[in-house]
Amino acid sequence: MAVAAATVPRARRPTLGRRVRIALVWLAILILLVVVWDGAKWFFGDPWRIHTSFLGLPIDIEHRPPMRARIATDLSLPHIWKVVEAFIAPAQRNGPPLGLVLAGQALFTFREALIGFAVGGLLGLLLGIGFVHSRLAERAFVPYVVASQTVPILAISPLIVVATKAGWVSVAIISAYLTFFPVTIAALRGLRAADARAFELMRSYAAGKLAVLWKLRLPTSVPYLFSSLRVAAAASVIGALIGELPSGIPDGLGASLLNYNQYYSAGPERLWATIIVCSILGLAFVALVRLVETLLTRNRYRPVAGA
Amino acid sequence: MTDPTPTVTDPTPTDRTPTERITAALPGTSVVRIAGVGKTFGTESGGVRALEGIDLTIAQGEFVSLIGPSGCGKSTLLRLIGDLTAPTAGSIEVNGKPARRARLDRDYGMVFQAPVLMDWRTVAKNIELPLEVMGFAREERQKRSGELLKLVELEGFAGRHPWQLSGGMQQRVAIARALAFDPKLLLMDEPFGALDEMTRERMNLELMQIWQRTRTTVVFVTHSIPEAVFLSTRVVVMSARPGRIAKIVDIDLPQPRNVETREQERYFELVTEVREALRRREGGEGQLAPPDADRIRAEGLA
Repeated sequence: MAVAAATVPRARRPTLGRRVRIALVWLAILILLVVVWDGAKWFFGDPWRIHTSFLGLPIDIEHRPPMRARIATDLSLPHIWKVVEAFIAPAQRNGPPLGLVLAGQALFTFREALIGFAVGGLLGLLLGIGFVHSRLAERAFVPYVVASQTVPILAISPLIVVATKAGWVSVAIISAYLTFFPVTIAALRGLRAADARAFELMRSYAAGKLAVLWKLRLPTSVPYLFSSLRVAAAASVIGALIGELPSGIPDGLGASLLNYNQYYSAGPERLWATIIVCSILGLAFVALVRLVETLLTRNRYRPVAGA
Repeated sequence: MTDPTPTVTDPTPTDRTPTERITAALPGTSVVRIAGVGKTFGTESGGVRALEGIDLTIAQGEFVSLIGPSGCGKSTLLRLIGDLTAPTAGSIEVNGKPARRARLDRDYGMVFQAPVLMDWRTVAKNIELPLEVMGFAREERQKRSGELLKLVELEGFAGRHPWQLSGGMQQRVAIARALAFDPKLLLMDEPFGALDEMTRERMNLELMQIWQRTRTTVVFVTHSIPEAVFLSTRVVVMSARPGRIAKIVDIDLPQPRNVETREQERYFELVTEVREALRRREGGEGQLAPPDADRIRAEGLA
């Protein structure tokens, strides 16, 4: 009408300056973490001495921490630079550097987690859809769904792996087992979250259950589902790692976790390097889910920027 | 209905021009027939009687407002007509069919106090929602939403999202959506209740224009006396506890209504008449509200 189209607010996107600020904060936290880590070693760690020469100049630095604490010994908490060094050093004699090996294993584990995530997410959503349409099913099965997550997965994963003898498929099953739960819980909420009047509107169109599901329930549940999918993405990586442990699969990060755990005293920094790669894998997966969410919900109203 | 083809299955429901539709609407044909309707919430002995003994017939092309104090059941009555809830007594017919049948035949469009638009859909897609549910082809949907955007004067906003629009504009989209499938009956539950007074008056004028163009029968719930008088052909004044029809005021203001309507002598008389009908029902002028009168009569006190 009288309102000019140009005055209507458009979707707010973070500006470049804002993005840079976020990146700087992120970097600052990382540096703080390194400082705390090696600071602890400086005050409570083992003594060390560097005795070498650099460009013909003799270097001799010695450090004796004022106090000792077991948590900060080289065995418990290797120096950050030792961990970085471990990434570059070959994993085996004359082999490729550990970083490269771990990256390859991360990709393999990611594939298992991704399949588990997809299967578990779909299963979780389907369960949610079923429960929303049948109070009886909800009452009867939701307690079992909850109970499924109280079962120690660590204990039953060997059972699944051994029983199915399916290699990476059984690993994906365990990953799916950890994934579906948050999605079901979120779906139960999200599929009911639409305005009561929106349901009445659909009723006035004499819309069938499928139309209500497709045009109202599912679109409304998208933000709820993605919140749970982020949790599920992290859980699916954990599930894949737990599944790999008893599987004997040498291609995944689980193999390195097991291996470097066993030979921990011979090189604690290698286990730490593996742990870091596992975390990065989880983070990357969650970020990927977040990206998909942003793409899918870019047309929606966001009351708070970045929410 | 006299129209042999149901609107939904009519392949070209928009081919009729407004004038053709007015002539098609035979005066005196009743669209809504409410007989002895009562509604009690809660089945226990402590149930709340929301409505009692409602008789009301609404003719084709009428604009009927339901007005009354809060708790008088005016929204409940509207929801009964739309089969969003079922009566506990009496019968409701819409277009000669039970209300439920009429809903399944998609005989009415609904507009609520809040626009209830879907924020993931564009304005045009929101208007097309009922058409999607009803299985209209894409070209038909787009043609129809284009026409309706023009009707509610939002042509430039087809690709916008609801949250980019003002409250009044959003409510116009909701009206366009309700009209999208050319329903015979438009049910509006305080559609302008959340808008400021100025926007509301403008929306009243626009709704009048839309009504004059489409000649859809409208049942309109409001708590604003000026709004009810300005818009309606009849105002149904209701009283509370239990909800009953206290008085029906015929609004004989000339059509078409416009800005000058609100300045006419007759307009003020009618506003006063409705206001007094409302006040009497609150027991303000020494008259007893019906339940008490019933009780006195029943107990032989009179």
